[in-house]
Amino acid sequence: MLVEALALSAVLFSIGVVGVLTRRNAIIIFMCVELMLNAVNLSFVALSTLYGAAGQVFVVFTMTVAAAEAAVGLAIIIAIFRHVKTVNLQNINLLKG
Amino acid sequence: MQPNQFHPLAYSFAFYFFGLTAIASAIAFVTRKSPVAAAMWLVNVMFSLAGLYVMLDAQFIGAIQILVYTGAIMVVFLFVIMLLNLGHASELADARGRWGKILALFVGIALLAEVMALNRGDTVQRMIPPDLAAKAAAAAATPVAGGIIGPVAAPLFKEYLLAFELTSVLLLAAIVGAVVLGKRRTDAR
Repeated sequence: MLVEALALSAVLFSIGVVGVLTRRNAIIIFMCVELMLNAVNLSFVALSTLYGAAGQVFVVFTMTVAAAEAAVGLAIIIAIFRHVKTVNLQNINLLKG
Repeated sequence: MQPNQFHPLAYSFAFYFFGLTAIASAIAFVTRKSPVAAAMWLVNVMFSLAGLYVMLDAQFIGAIQILVYTGAIMVVFLFVIMLLNLGHASELADARGRWGKILALFVGIALLAEVMALNRGDTVQRMIPPDLAAKAAAAAATPVAGGIIGPVAAPLFKEYLLAFELTSVLLLAAIVGAVVLGKRRTDAR
């Protein structure tokens, strides 16, 4: 089942990448990033069946970073929303030359 | 870690069931227009992944997945979606144009092909240590100290203790950052 798990991880990661590239809603792009993190976690867990529990320890760290990232990122989105009244990235183009 | 006690056929069936559910839910998640519907599909993906973690002998990670990801992170996402009152018609049509979609699909398929090329063949087989079956049998014969959580906790608090402590600093920085960013400016500037 190891090969299948790694393949599933690759599929989920690619779906996350496509989501980031196709959507323009900042929150949905953010959720796509979470999906990619989950896909990598699946790889870690699948390979931990071969190499011992260190992979699962790294999954714990990944989840901590994901939680911190979600808190800070959503706070940034709220701060941006207060300024421009939208989360559509098409309308947030201050740095565009 | 004890090997699974499932019947092989039932194991395969459940594995493919969870895997296909995860893929279908992920596709539904990326294509939904409403952010709330997308978040719900993502919750479904995470539940399926938790099931897969349990089947891959990572029961603790499966529980943490449900508690942290579906229980905490996705609730925060839904909270922000409702706080910002998203879901108006102007916000919903947020996908890029036709060429953007086609290009993104092409990039996704190329990425998938690259990773699959790494997976297939004997790349994975060569990674498997030759004495894996003997080790697994020995591990099954001797009961592990600490049950399910022990094998995860021992390296976490021995080899990776420094990283574990640094994680607390990271979380503190995230808390302070979120509060500062989310705070309304009281001084008029």
